[in-house]
Amino acid sequence: MTIKGKAYIAGIYEHPTRHAPDKSTAQLHAEVAKGAIEDAGLTKADIDGYFCAGDAPGGAWPMVDYLGLKVRHIDSTDTGGCSYLIHLGHAAEAIAAGKCSIALITLAGKPRTGPMPPRAAGAEADFEAAYGATTHNAYGMCAMRHMHDYGTTSEQLAWIKVAASHHAQYNPHAMLKEVVTVEDVLNSPMISDPLHRMDCCVVTDGGGALVVTTPEIAKSLNKPLVRLIGQGEAMKGPRGGKDLDLTYSAGVWSGPRAFEEAGVTPKDIKYASIYDSFTITVLMQIEDLGFCKKGEGGKFVADGNLISGVGKLPFNTDGGGLCSNHPVNRGGMTKIIEAVRQLRGQAHPKVQVKNCDLTVAHGTGGLLGVRHAASTCILERV
Amino acid sequence: MSEARKYPAPLTNPETKPFWDAATQGKFMIKRCTACGEPHYFPRSICPFCFSDKTVWEEASGEALIYTFSLMRKSPSGPYAIAYVTLREGPSLQTNIVDCDIDSLKIGQKVKVVFKPTDGAPLPFFTPV
Repeated sequence: MTIKGKAYIAGIYEHPTRHAPDKSTAQLHAEVAKGAIEDAGLTKADIDGYFCAGDAPGGAWPMVDYLGLKVRHIDSTDTGGCSYLIHLGHAAEAIAAGKCSIALITLAGKPRTGPMPPRAAGAEADFEAAYGATTHNAYGMCAMRHMHDYGTTSEQLAWIKVAASHHAQYNPHAMLKEVVTVEDVLNSPMISDPLHRMDCCVVTDGGGALVVTTPEIAKSLNKPLVRLIGQGEAMKGPRGGKDLDLTYSAGVWSGPRAFEEAGVTPKDIKYASIYDSFTITVLMQIEDLGFCKKGEGGKFVADGNLISGVGKLPFNTDGGGLCSNHPVNRGGMTKIIEAVRQLRGQAHPKVQVKNCDLTVAHGTGGLLGVRHAASTCILERV
Repeated sequence: MSEARKYPAPLTNPETKPFWDAATQGKFMIKRCTACGEPHYFPRSICPFCFSDKTVWEEASGEALIYTFSLMRKSPSGPYAIAYVTLREGPSLQTNIVDCDIDSLKIGQKVKVVFKPTDGAPLPFFTPV
């Protein structure tokens, strides 16, 4: 049993807003849903499966009611920023099993202009919550150990932001459109050693949505054909303090599972969407997915190697979370959307990868190197 | 900064109460599984390795090495050092490194446990030896 080729992405929509003081979170979900359904050339009545995560106000049942859906399959798996990369795999499984035929996946929220829903405490809370762990310092601790073990430098991390900014200059909706240099990154204020402000992603209101369907329905629509040919997911944690190693992520397991199912290797990939909550997130994921050996990520990302048209691995050509959009502090959705744009040939001409027929969209959710999930999706143009 | 900072009282629960009771005596406890021999932290009743329920409390040495750290510069209560330390007994855990010049911390540095008061049970932190 495989999901290879069983599900096609027929509709995509990224909300153009980055600041939405005049909208509600549920409204943003509805707007991105409408956008993706219209992009697919379908109607709301066609949707028979719905997927959402912790950003959906109240979870799946209030959202299904608010949107006015009638569905026969639901999935509200929440694994933070990679939830939507996991939803895509689960939607393909549901479609392959006949549980639904047209699935809608939505993400939306407004961390800039509204309260964020509280995160439920895990069993570890009494033993960790008092120490002031934030995403910034948790990822900072990963970067610190990676530098210690492998000699990775702040200059190398800065190249990831530089590449993202080269792409963002062509995205009219990007929050940060200015091209920056390695020196700009190193001169930006230190937030949590060794991560500077420019090593961090933007915080944006907004969202995105996908419509996923069967091969038959996809072929009946007037759209370029993009299908999922492999997906892997995994989780990692310190497990009683014995397995703590902050230099690798669950991507070391999700990646090989996805590549094996797809029957391709990292060398075959033309474009990569890689979750970029911080620069270190990208560097570790590139290693974990096998684009280079563990510890050599710093060398790999340097000197513009991630810039489209310049380097060997064009990444996040929309400007990514580092420059364009990171709706609700959850980057998985926009990773899929830009990978689909590349496969459709609908990326900005300045960053469109030539003959882009095979991409990876990958991300983690939770705290990198500590308790987190990862999902890797291999997407192909037919 | 650590003296000025107000720490929240741990809520505790039936599974972890012995840890906090020991903390009030200045003892830092870990759990060890008598079936597979593995120590773990934070404490569970069922071993996260072999899933045996034969876990027992054990007083740890309180000695550890810094595995990694980060200096949080942007904080309303002032900069602080968050870290993972690896106990001499094996398990690694999250903590703050306190009562020191945080700018001179190094990976691999020796630290030891120190308890700080809260409105409830005291909380374990680590400080350079």
